[in-house]
Amino acid sequence: MALKDKFATIWQRLFGDSVRAFGVVSLLFLASLAIAPAKNYFSEWRHYQGQYLKMIRGRGEALTLRRHFQGDLQQIWLPELGVVDRCTTCHIGLKEPSLADVSYQPFRKHPAIPHSLDQFGCVMCHRGQGPATTVEEAHRSTLAWEQPILPAKYTESSCGQCHRDSLTGTPQLNQGRALLARSGCLHCHAVKLADGTLLKATDDPPSLSHIADKTTREWIYAWIKDPQAYASSATMPNFKLSDDAARDISAFLIANSTPVAGGSLSLSAAKAATDPTAGGSLYGESFCASCHAVQNAAGNLVGGDVGPELTRVGSKVKPEWLQGWLRNPRTYDAGTGMPHYRFNDQQIATLSRFLMAKTDSDLLANVHLDTATPEQIAHGKRLVMDYGCASCHEIGGIKKPENFAPELSRIGSKPITQLIFLQGMPHTLPDYIAGKIRNPRAFAQGLKMPQHTFTPAQIDALTTALLSLNDRSRSLPPSLMVAGRTEPDYQPAGKAGQLMHDLACFSCHRINGRGSDMAPDLSWEGSSVQRKWLQDFLKNPNTLRPALIRRMPRFNLSDADINELTDYIMTVYQSPSVDRDSMPASGYSQVEVETGKQIFYSKYACQSCHIVDTKRDKGYVGPTLTQVGSRLSAAWIYAWMKNPQALRPGTIEPNRGMGDDDARALTAYLMSLKGSGRLEAKQ
Amino acid sequence: MKRSFVLVALLALVNSGCSKKTTPAATAKPTAFGAAIVESSGGKQITAVGTRLPQPVVVQVNDEQGNAVPGAFVELSAPAGVTLDPPNGLTDSSGQFTSNVGLGGIAGRYQITASTTDKSQKRVESKVEEIALGYQEVVGRQLNDQYCDRCHNSESTPERVSNFDNLEIKPHGFSEGDSLNKLSDADLTAIITHGGPALNKSPSMPPYGYTLSKSDIQAVIAYIRAVSDPPFHGFGLVYAKNQ
Repeated sequence: MALKDKFATIWQRLFGDSVRAFGVVSLLFLASLAIAPAKNYFSEWRHYQGQYLKMIRGRGEALTLRRHFQGDLQQIWLPELGVVDRCTTCHIGLKEPSLADVSYQPFRKHPAIPHSLDQFGCVMCHRGQGPATTVEEAHRSTLAWEQPILPAKYTESSCGQCHRDSLTGTPQLNQGRALLARSGCLHCHAVKLADGTLLKATDDPPSLSHIADKTTREWIYAWIKDPQAYASSATMPNFKLSDDAARDISAFLIANSTPVAGGSLSLSAAKAATDPTAGGSLYGESFCASCHAVQNAAGNLVGGDVGPELTRVGSKVKPEWLQGWLRNPRTYDAGTGMPHYRFNDQQIATLSRFLMAKTDSDLLANVHLDTATPEQIAHGKRLVMDYGCASCHEIGGIKKPENFAPELSRIGSKPITQLIFLQGMPHTLPDYIAGKIRNPRAFAQGLKMPQHTFTPAQIDALTTALLSLNDRSRSLPPSLMVAGRTEPDYQPAGKAGQLMHDLACFSCHRINGRGSDMAPDLSWEGSSVQRKWLQDFLKNPNTLRPALIRRMPRFNLSDADINELTDYIMTVYQSPSVDRDSMPASGYSQVEVETGKQIFYSKYACQSCHIVDTKRDKGYVGPTLTQVGSRLSAAWIYAWMKNPQALRPGTIEPNRGMGDDDARALTAYLMSLKGSGRLEAKQ
Repeated sequence: MKRSFVLVALLALVNSGCSKKTTPAATAKPTAFGAAIVESSGGKQITAVGTRLPQPVVVQVNDEQGNAVPGAFVELSAPAGVTLDPPNGLTDSSGQFTSNVGLGGIAGRYQITASTTDKSQKRVESKVEEIALGYQEVVGRQLNDQYCDRCHNSESTPERVSNFDNLEIKPHGFSEGDSLNKLSDADLTAIITHGGPALNKSPSMPPYGYTLSKSDIQAVIAYIRAVSDPPFHGFGLVYAKNQ
């Protein structure tokens, strides 16, 4: 009762008569009008601006910073890029060099990058919500926004939105793209760029059409059950096959295999060399290790990763196949990157004995397969189609499936609502992608994506590369796009061209943009070297850089072949900027030679990296120059002295900005170094 | 009685459903205590911001005699943004605790503190420092690997044999803060651009001004500053005094 009375009294006081009521309602109205400005006044960003002003007050450069400070909301608006960024409202000191030592956000200076904030804004690289003005909305995904800030470890992916080329500053992105191309991803997943080009895989999984010639069903069984058990470096992923599935797939592959046309496999009658170490020596002399790795006693892989690992090759291949392969790899696989070595029969027998001894008795110890039944073979075929084996491997009678796995062209913008996350996994796109690469089968029952063996760093790199394939990269103006390097389909012509294909020159050398970076670019080799030297080198390649592991092997070429190659290289691979006749090969005065020698040792200190006098000089960075006068052409040396990068981009020899006189004197000196004609550097 | 039980259960349910914080993983019970903790490996590593260190951080717990103590509890702590996997645990049979560390998103030095408790429950700790590189410093590192490292890094690998031992005047390692911190950016730029003789240094240092761009050289210097040990603090900005 009392409560009701009290209420009535208050009512009477406030709204008792019309004047009172009007006054009170006006006050309420005024107060409600004040809500908006008050909210603005107490906003988060004003709080940060206040903090900033407080922070700079104590610093030496306070006056400058205070002068640069602009209050209120700040915005970078770039309509053509779709950027409306208010980040600079709180991140006030982004452009202040003196705030580089601030260790907390949001006031730290932005680290040095090649782009200006005013031209690109913030979300281009960092994602997040540009227009948001609260910390929560700008950085995290909330109900209204889906795009959270990109974690720092993936920031390089944003460079990849425009840059398809490989930048010096984005090693992780470059690694991820290389992995994407060579780990088999692109065989199943298509990636189409905005300009319509399809990314190409760089690996070349072997054809399985003639597999029965090469290996046994038992090895196939063991291999597809666990490829990494055979070779730790294998790129083939683990499909986690059941025993029955592996039994049936191996049965199908053997039954489906046809003998290589014209290839009758038989063991050579030639005897291997009697010396038991001869095989190892031949393996070393042929520089097999430039491409193939073998695990040493300590468990480390020694050798290159161009060809397959050979640690247990004796448990894999049939001896008659291996001999045929060593005789001429192109009989079995016309497109292989392995050179045709032209070994004689005894060498083949010796090398195959050496390789066949590399066995692992544990590998096939528990594999006992009964003769396959027709049902098993048919089931094996179904499994091969199910798992998309033909996406990577050529298999006789099975077509390469189209779009076997989801296209990844826009994977970097996949909405979170379309993703299924694992329990306990942060709900973000990068975490989803990384999780999927790490353990693809965990996401649902019956998934087909196999288990790769990537290190955590490789997973981060792959995720970075995939995040760069996003919607933004497709909506940016084409003028911003930087095209990637596409490998041209260069083919050298004629008989020499066939020889170069046979010797697989492109597996190590690059010529006219095609090939690999393992060995020197040969595009201008004809301008560079002397004919006689090239002939001798092809006959018996001695190393120019004793410190290198990877070296040019000896191919046992016939004189006719050597002449053919030499003629072609000397006439076709000429640089337009090096005129061979511009510098004489000989006839330099003694004074010029002496001057050259003097500046070689004193002014330019070339001996720091090169060796001329094997007793005195020790430099091991550049090639040995003991007989450079018999190797290089004078015009090339002169042009090289003037600007090495112009002749071979990326070479580590610095451009010294040399004057004409010095370059000529050095050319004179270097041309006088004819060597004794014998191998001087110890191999 | 029954009703209160249901109520408590309900409360517990609501509580567990509402609280977003997941309960911290049950920490392992130590079976032994050491007297000291030391870094075994993984310190002074360099990586790009936000990324994982190439090698894990390994610390070892020792007793008074300096013998390794297995089963001691080790906890790592680090500034915000650093990921520790795992953040704590027991030392293994050789007395070591191993954790994979990812650095935060801000370039600079990160101090990771490894701590354990001794028998009297006193905390002993050891600090491990790691370096995170920003974009420019990553560019510098790449250029260093291509051009500088062969002479300035005395360690040889099978893939890249060091030229350090072959040089009469030994080049400075890029982390030698004691000598390099004394050189201003302008001095370093001059040496890199014009070669050693520009500042009366070794003629074996060739000029890179024709090979590297200005921004490349800046990047190399940024990298040298980032990895220097002791750290480089800069010469600061110079301002006229406001009288």
